[in-house]
Amino acid sequence: MLEWRRRREPSTLMLWLSPLIAIALTMLLGMIVFTAMGYDGCHAVESIFLTPFLEPQRWADIGVKAAPLVMIALGLAIGFRANVWNIGAEGQYIMGAIAGTGVALLTYEMTGWWILPAMVLAGILGGMAWAAIPAFLRVKLQVSEILTSLMLTYVAVQFLYYLVRGPWKDPDGFNFPQTRMFTADQTLPIMLEGSLVHLGIPAALLLAVVAWLTMEKTIAGYAVKVVGLAPAAARHGGFSAGRTTWATLLLSGALAGLAGLFEAAGPFGQLTPQFPVGYGFTAIIVAFLGRLHPLGIVFGGIVLAGTYVGGEIAQSTVRLPQAATGLFQALLLFMLLATDVLVRWRIAFKWRAA
Amino acid sequence: MTTAILVSILMTLVAASTPILLAALGELVAEKAGVLNLGVEGMMLCGAVAGFAVAFSSGSTTLGLLAALLAGVAAAMVFAVLALSLNANQVATGLALTIFGIGASSLIGAGFVGRTIPRLGPIFPAGLSEHPWLRAIFGHDILVYLSLALIIGVGYFLRRTRSGLILRAVGENDASAHAIGYPVIAIRYAAVAFGGALAGLGGAYFSLALTPMWAERLTAGRGWIALALVVFSAWKPGRLLVGAYLFGAVMTLELQAKAAGVNWLAPEVLAMTPYLATIAVLTMMSIGRRTGRLDAPACLGKPFSAT
Amino acid sequence: MNQPREQTVPPRLALAHISKSFPGVKANEDISLSVAPGEIHALLGENGAGKSTLVKIIYGVQQADEGTISWNGAPVAIPSPKAARKLGIGMVFQHFSLFDAMTVIENIALGLDEAVDREALKAQVAAILESYSLPLDPDREVHTLSVGERQRIEIVRCLLQKPKLLIMDEPTSVLTPQEVERLFATLRQIALGGCSILYISHKLSEIKALCDGATILRGGRVVASCDPKVETTKRMAELMIGAELRKIEHGNAAEAGVVRLSVSGLSLPGEPPFGTDLEEISFDARAGEILGIAGVAGNGQAELLTALSGERLAAKAEAISLDGKPIGLEGAGARRAAGLACVPEERNGHAAVPDFSLAENAILTARHRLPLAPLGLISRGMVQRFADDVIRRFDVRTTGNGALARSLSGGNLQKFIMGREIGQQPAVLVVSQPTWGVDAGAAAAIRQELVDLAAKGSAVVVISQDLDELLELANRLCVINEGRLSAPRPVASLGIDEIGLMMGGIHGAETAAHA
Repeated sequence: MLEWRRRREPSTLMLWLSPLIAIALTMLLGMIVFTAMGYDGCHAVESIFLTPFLEPQRWADIGVKAAPLVMIALGLAIGFRANVWNIGAEGQYIMGAIAGTGVALLTYEMTGWWILPAMVLAGILGGMAWAAIPAFLRVKLQVSEILTSLMLTYVAVQFLYYLVRGPWKDPDGFNFPQTRMFTADQTLPIMLEGSLVHLGIPAALLLAVVAWLTMEKTIAGYAVKVVGLAPAAARHGGFSAGRTTWATLLLSGALAGLAGLFEAAGPFGQLTPQFPVGYGFTAIIVAFLGRLHPLGIVFGGIVLAGTYVGGEIAQSTVRLPQAATGLFQALLLFMLLATDVLVRWRIAFKWRAA
Repeated sequence: MTTAILVSILMTLVAASTPILLAALGELVAEKAGVLNLGVEGMMLCGAVAGFAVAFSSGSTTLGLLAALLAGVAAAMVFAVLALSLNANQVATGLALTIFGIGASSLIGAGFVGRTIPRLGPIFPAGLSEHPWLRAIFGHDILVYLSLALIIGVGYFLRRTRSGLILRAVGENDASAHAIGYPVIAIRYAAVAFGGALAGLGGAYFSLALTPMWAERLTAGRGWIALALVVFSAWKPGRLLVGAYLFGAVMTLELQAKAAGVNWLAPEVLAMTPYLATIAVLTMMSIGRRTGRLDAPACLGKPFSAT
Repeated sequence: MNQPREQTVPPRLALAHISKSFPGVKANEDISLSVAPGEIHALLGENGAGKSTLVKIIYGVQQADEGTISWNGAPVAIPSPKAARKLGIGMVFQHFSLFDAMTVIENIALGLDEAVDREALKAQVAAILESYSLPLDPDREVHTLSVGERQRIEIVRCLLQKPKLLIMDEPTSVLTPQEVERLFATLRQIALGGCSILYISHKLSEIKALCDGATILRGGRVVASCDPKVETTKRMAELMIGAELRKIEHGNAAEAGVVRLSVSGLSLPGEPPFGTDLEEISFDARAGEILGIAGVAGNGQAELLTALSGERLAAKAEAISLDGKPIGLEGAGARRAAGLACVPEERNGHAAVPDFSLAENAILTARHRLPLAPLGLISRGMVQRFADDVIRRFDVRTTGNGALARSLSGGNLQKFIMGREIGQQPAVLVVSQPTWGVDAGAAAAIRQELVDLAAKGSAVVVISQDLDELLELANRLCVINEGRLSAPRPVASLGIDEIGLMMGGIHGAETAAHA
């Protein structure tokens, strides 16, 4: 007989091991599913999970994709730990990019070192402002932030479409729905000649370390954890759930906005209707893969960025449709949630006479 | 002539409301049993793609509907295993299910993009709906009537039957229900499966009835609106009907405005309306509710384990 | 039906050599007992003696690892509560299995194994209520009922099945003395009808008054079987506890000092959905005294505690004063910094975070008065030192300050929480149910700490449902009922009947003749 037994204390070993088990299971399951669908399952899995990491020329690309994922996931994870379920990071990401682009369009004919910082600031504020709406509604009116933050993502996407098709359309752009290209002063400095590796990558790493120290060493991080784990105890200890909700939502909005600005002022260099690629949603998986731990999230961001890069490889090697990447990511999240049970429970084999 | 226009607007309204009504009703039952399944959008997409694929290959919309129902149940079972048996966080699992539904439907649907199938038609003979007003009554497809019948059925089930009483009890106090001896997890599985079945059908409504054509993410967030409607309904089927038709009206208005060429309002702004309306409705509900008792089932979203 | 007990009549229920283990614990070991038809049999033991596990085995909630159960002389298997009910076993749980948002009749219907027509059920219920003269309105929603009324729902649920054995698990722990009397009358009437009753309790006086036979458990084993009508209370207590109880040493607390905590006209609406309103609460707590607040559960105790702790703020600053300073509008942190410490009833999730280590739990409330996190940066060294101090001084049995709160037994966690608060040397300590679910040894230690704290000049307020505890600890006593607090009176001047009447809602001249 198989029997689940609740552990007295969560298993530290499993805490570290379960994400790896989840990745292994995802690879196995992916292999089976895609073979069953008539693809070369083995090569598909290899292309998505191994090739990107084994070929050094892909690493820059992984870094570029990991940076926004890590930044967004850091904010989300801190929120999740406080039981604040911001699932509208995609919208805040878009609004950050829009706000930053607004500054870029205003400063189109100017030069100066201050332009990029101003755009960064605008990006942060844009993301924050968008996250402030669900924060206000949740704290003041007890409206679930899950639904409102998600609804606002749809609104942000439409707003983006409106801007690039209407008022912000590049006057010299042959009527394509896109903004002007940013100038040199409006673009992130490239860290590595001849690649897209931009300032966002070291920024994401730095933010991860800061987030880690904040969560581990400060009363602010303690407040987040206690509000999430035991709201009544938090209140008893003098921590305000409302203030924590505000703080975590504004923080995750700020980070998503920053990521959006970096993406717009980095790889994109302008705004187009193709700008939202779903990083805000994928970051949710990154957060869970990193077990909501800032340093784990760096790892999670790299793995998920790898699946994007690998998905492109698999498109050419085994003709896997682009959508397969999304399916792999979803399977990974399922497996993560499933293996999480190993942390709190252990499987016991029990022999019982009938 | 005006009658014809009115009736056609009414038909659009009913068609726009039906998929959300179905999905929301399924979710209402799941939530009454204490399960918060945020994967409605994902289950709808699974149903939409399965329905389309089967209808396309078999040529039978009936088989398509059946496939959609089963796909919805299958997706719901993935959720149930994780959230109910393995006690995973329900919010995270629901999100995972939605991400999964988007991925799976895009992947399966990739081969069907641009293909069309015959639209799910009215069930009553055409002769009955020659007159515009008769058409408003007899001119709908089977899912419209099914959704209305289910509203009554679910209402009766929850309020009047013993099984409904037990289901509510499980959502209200799972520990007590377990102590009395009711199989909490099994009942929740059933409720989640029912939710999946209706979400699957609701999704199929998009691919079989509304736009008999496959397009990626064609449910466009209606699953999330369905979730909001359950809150709006205060977990009462009757109010769900009102809410779904109100949303149908908002969406019809959007379509009509677009069709009428309203140009002082950007089409993107019109496209925002359902989502903004959802936020507005949730906000109004919360304001209205703050003085009275909470209507949500007491154990909604909380994990339960028997030991 | 009151048959003479002959040897030939097989016992209604007989347990032989029942054992049950959980990981790390032997909950029941080689337990045998028998209950005759129509007998009221006591299962006596302390918290943690194994009573609950044994009862769960009888009711089919859990399965024994070893041993047999016989029913009317024939061995039976009881795989589920449903099977137990089928045999004729009914159970009233200590924590009622009721659904607050549903009506009485819906709750009763849920307790039945078969569907019964609503009207027919109403008639049946009315008949039972009539024949046992129990007042209860079938259409009321449960959250509007008193605890005694809720218990009646459970009893009616069982009686509808015409049980042959009724299990009552700690039925009086939440009742007023008057409600206890009423319950006993009902139980005697039920037994007279031939139904056996297995009565689980650790209250000796009740068992002496009610039961025909008793089995005493300690540490999962049977230590004695006796006739409680014959055996002395003292002897039964010794058997149950296994050692003589340490007597509380009261210091020279006779002369109470200056007022440290003053509450005047504190009113606070209850929190939805089922909270109790606090109405015009006034009292003083003085240096060196222990003020007891008695009352039946759900009469505003939890609300009073959160109002004092600062989890909810008063309407005006003057409603609560600490050492003469108005603090009614200060939050929990500021109040604690000023010296007002509170320990709520619920340990896991309110007083402590179950998934935090003890060290992390120390931060929760001690960071205001001790330098555990200067400038918002947590000082791990200070935190661990403080946690270790508490663990040592209060004899908390644990693997260390890194152990999760949830891994501790109730008693040990309570000792840690009390130690955390007392270790901050508060001016005033308000504590709710300090020894609830705590074993006798730990309870005595906790009570001693409270007495010592008061002796050092702090004021201590103890909110408890356990009258014996309050009478032992408190210098003055008041009663909370429906959110209102009676005037404190010296304990020495009070009789238990008087307190009982106060708890039931009859304050002095105020008469409340509600059923």
